[in-house]
Amino acid sequence: MAESTPLVRIEGLYKSFGSLDVLKGIDLNVQQGQKISLIGPSGSGKTTLLRCVNYLEEPTRGDIYIDNELIGQRLVGTRKVPMSDKELARMRTEIGMVFQRFNLFPHLSVLENIILGPLKVQQRSRAEAVELAEDLLNKVGMFAKRDVYPEQLSGGQQQRIAIARALAMRPKLMLFDEATSALDPELVGEVLTVMRKLAEEGMTMIIVTHEMHFAESVSDQVIFMADGNIVEQGPPRQIFRESQIERTRSFIRAVQEH
Amino acid sequence: MFDSTALHKTIEMLPYFLNVLGIGALTTVGLTAAAFVVAALLGFCLALMRLSRSRVLSLIASLYLEVFRNVPILTQLFILYFGLTYIGITLPAIGAAIIGFGLNGAAILSEVFRSSIRTIDRGQSEAAYSIGMTRAVAMRIIVLPQAFKVAIPGMANFAIGLLKDTSLASAAAVPELTFKARMLVSETYQTNLIYFLLAIIYLVLSLVLSHWAARTERRLKVVKEN
Repeated sequence: MAESTPLVRIEGLYKSFGSLDVLKGIDLNVQQGQKISLIGPSGSGKTTLLRCVNYLEEPTRGDIYIDNELIGQRLVGTRKVPMSDKELARMRTEIGMVFQRFNLFPHLSVLENIILGPLKVQQRSRAEAVELAEDLLNKVGMFAKRDVYPEQLSGGQQQRIAIARALAMRPKLMLFDEATSALDPELVGEVLTVMRKLAEEGMTMIIVTHEMHFAESVSDQVIFMADGNIVEQGPPRQIFRESQIERTRSFIRAVQEH
Repeated sequence: MFDSTALHKTIEMLPYFLNVLGIGALTTVGLTAAAFVVAALLGFCLALMRLSRSRVLSLIASLYLEVFRNVPILTQLFILYFGLTYIGITLPAIGAAIIGFGLNGAAILSEVFRSSIRTIDRGQSEAAYSIGMTRAVAMRIIVLPQAFKVAIPGMANFAIGLLKDTSLASAAAVPELTFKARMLVSETYQTNLIYFLLAIIYLVLSLVLSHWAARTERRLKVVKEN
């Protein structure tokens, strides 16, 4: 397959916290429109990898390019220096992120949560921001709740608002960090439905998840990680059904047992 | 035994006492308010310095905190009032007291602010960064409004403590409430009555302050209606 320039290019990514090596040399390309799921046991480094992509976690070594632009660092001659806060913030506007614990702003209403970025970061007009927010609220099925505060909503509803908040920046790329892990089981479906719709619209997505059925049905590529390394990468069928690698097979077996 | 003429005389003097103490109370309230403003502004800067990524700023703020927290406020007032005169700077007593209580209060409030900011979940800043806010903007529109609500009880405590501590300024000749009371005592020897009135006035002022703080805190709670 002839590949165009990838939207995300990760080269030789290492990350350690003190003496603990969490990522041990990750190379990964994500093409425009691709949906990539990261699976693996807890502690395998998948969340850290995701957080490095928008530089919430600063890599110890290695480079990450978003649309050919190095994130977090700037080249001065041949030397790399840290990006300014402003430059980093500008790059992050193109990368949406959805967190396990939603992280909605509790002192703002649902609508205010969504228009905040467009208003304060992108300097859009209020009318434009509200119009966009209302479209997104419809899309995630939450229009009726536009004026309530996050604490009055269920986890599933909060997460759908969090997705709308991220989409309001019109990102090129969406990162999902265990977006359904903090939800009661009966609320998982409504969030996955929104994510699936987004995938069908062609959004580029990197998804850290424990929802194996979802990963299998939505992803173009599945990446199985363990101990800070990519063990295996391939189409869902290869990872979930035809893996030749024992480490992958035993993980898949373990998660499918229940 | 009971002397009715003395009682009568005392009651006659009550309006005079209340008048003098009232003026003192105004000075106390003014001193408290002014010192609170100084303490809040400086304390806020100190809190941000301590939380900043700069080692130098953080160290300066810590040093400040240790010095002002560990020297008695009365000593600080004497240094400001008498010490500065010695090197040629003359401050009016009330000015010295405002600065003294302000500088000292900044150390206390900076700790209130810092701990309030730290109670705000990291996920809040991260969510703000993820939609493209800089650290400064995230602090200003996401973290601080939430931290402020957390800080209110601590600020109220500080204000009530400050109101009472300003009585120390009487030792530096600031004509505030306690100073006036002592003046009346030496003038009339009505010790019991005057100090009783003094206690009542402090109590009322403190209660008003804490009631006001509680109301503000309730009002700032996220609206639960609709």
